[in-house]
Amino acid sequence: MLLRFRRFSAKIREINHRYSKPHIEMSLGVKISLMALRIYLFVLVGLILYKFVLMLK
Amino acid sequence: MNLFSKLYYKFRKYSKAVQLYLVIAGPGLVVMIADNDAGGITTYAATGAKYGYNLIWFLLILIPVAYFVQEMTVRLGVVTKRGHAEAIFDGFGAFWGWFSLIDLMILDWLTLVTEFVGMTSALHIFGVPAWLTVAGVVALMGMIMLNGRYWTWEKITMGFCALNLIYIPGAFMVNPSMSDILGNGLIPNFPGGFNGELFFILMANIGTTIAPWMLFFQQSAVVDKGMQEKDIPWGKFDTLLGAVLTVVVAIFIVIVTGTVLKGVNIDDASQAAQQLMHTNHYVGAFMAIGLFDAGLLGAICISLASSWAFGEIFGWAHTLNTKIKESPWFYASYFLTLVTAGLVVLIPGAPLVLITLFVQVVAVTLLPAALVFLLLLLNDKKHMGEYANTLSQNLIGGFIVISIVILSTLYGVSVMFPTLFK
Repeated sequence: MLLRFRRFSAKIREINHRYSKPHIEMSLGVKISLMALRIYLFVLVGLILYKFVLMLK
Repeated sequence: MNLFSKLYYKFRKYSKAVQLYLVIAGPGLVVMIADNDAGGITTYAATGAKYGYNLIWFLLILIPVAYFVQEMTVRLGVVTKRGHAEAIFDGFGAFWGWFSLIDLMILDWLTLVTEFVGMTSALHIFGVPAWLTVAGVVALMGMIMLNGRYWTWEKITMGFCALNLIYIPGAFMVNPSMSDILGNGLIPNFPGGFNGELFFILMANIGTTIAPWMLFFQQSAVVDKGMQEKDIPWGKFDTLLGAVLTVVVAIFIVIVTGTVLKGVNIDDASQAAQQLMHTNHYVGAFMAIGLFDAGLLGAICISLASSWAFGEIFGWAHTLNTKIKESPWFYASYFLTLVTAGLVVLIPGAPLVLITLFVQVVAVTLLPAALVFLLLLLNDKKHMGEYANTLSQNLIGGFIVISIVILSTLYGVSVMFPTLFK
């Protein structure tokens, strides 16, 4: 079990290493798009959490 | 003689074109028709029941919307020979890659549960118990998957796609008024004025037109099929034909419920089927069979989208052209997703309504990201070369993507806060 877990975490590390650098050209447009996406997701996750708190109440 | 030889030449030319298309046909048709899944059928049935034929014009607008988005996955898959998950990992790095992959896994699993809900409720109408439906579906999908050839899988799935057309004879059997369809349906109008309820229905229709799994599925299918750059025009045609067929089916569902159930509140398609049976037994039965088929098609494609994506990232063999011994993890992840989703439906008191609503909420976390990544990847001239988006494609694609992001987000938010637009 432990061995499998180690193998799995080694695989994840390998994937992270393989894709550590984005291969798309980071132009201004790409940077702005990714930043907008981050903000969008941040707001959306905030809304989901807010709804979750409301449901608990 | 000259005329005959010309006619014969033309006949040969067109028959060869059709033969070639039949070889290439598949990913676009399958993904688009599978888009009319159990949730989609419910949305269209509710649209017809609520607004009659009045929103048919809006469904027609969805043809180019679906086409322009899905067509980009064809080009991206053919040129890069990568599925969408791998393309995101490679293009934007591990953070966005893991975000997309994990989100896709959760969303696909939840959607799969809703497909099983649709299938079990459809067959329940014919007295089939839920456990038998789940077991039968898993067995059937196992047989389709384990034949070891992409081609066979695709052609069997296309058979189920053909069954999706069952709504067309159903619509003719309820004798709809052609003049009403043409008069009310084809001229853009907002029945009862543009209010919150109508806005919710419009958003739901858009939400069912483009789902995140579709982007991942079609791109991976194009790669697994081994399509080449010369096949891109046929791949585009396949996608366009699929987009037309999916909307045609949606329109016929709207015609059925708009004719027979106008003014009735529909919560799910099986309820619509049961009510239709009171009026016309065969039309109700067609509706139920269509719902089952829609759930089955959705389940076939959604579980594959996840397995392909995991295979691409974890480096497992991930093609339908292999036997189970050659790609054990690919098939294991496929059946694990399928069986666990099926079992959830069998748990007494499982929060199935909550899961159905949660699908829409999770979808709005993945759909915008997947669409933005798609547009950015299509603008990567270094990898895409001559197949990169042109200015006009960017303008159309950009407009569609921004519209879908805004409307699907509003839909997701309105699912969380139902009184917001009412």
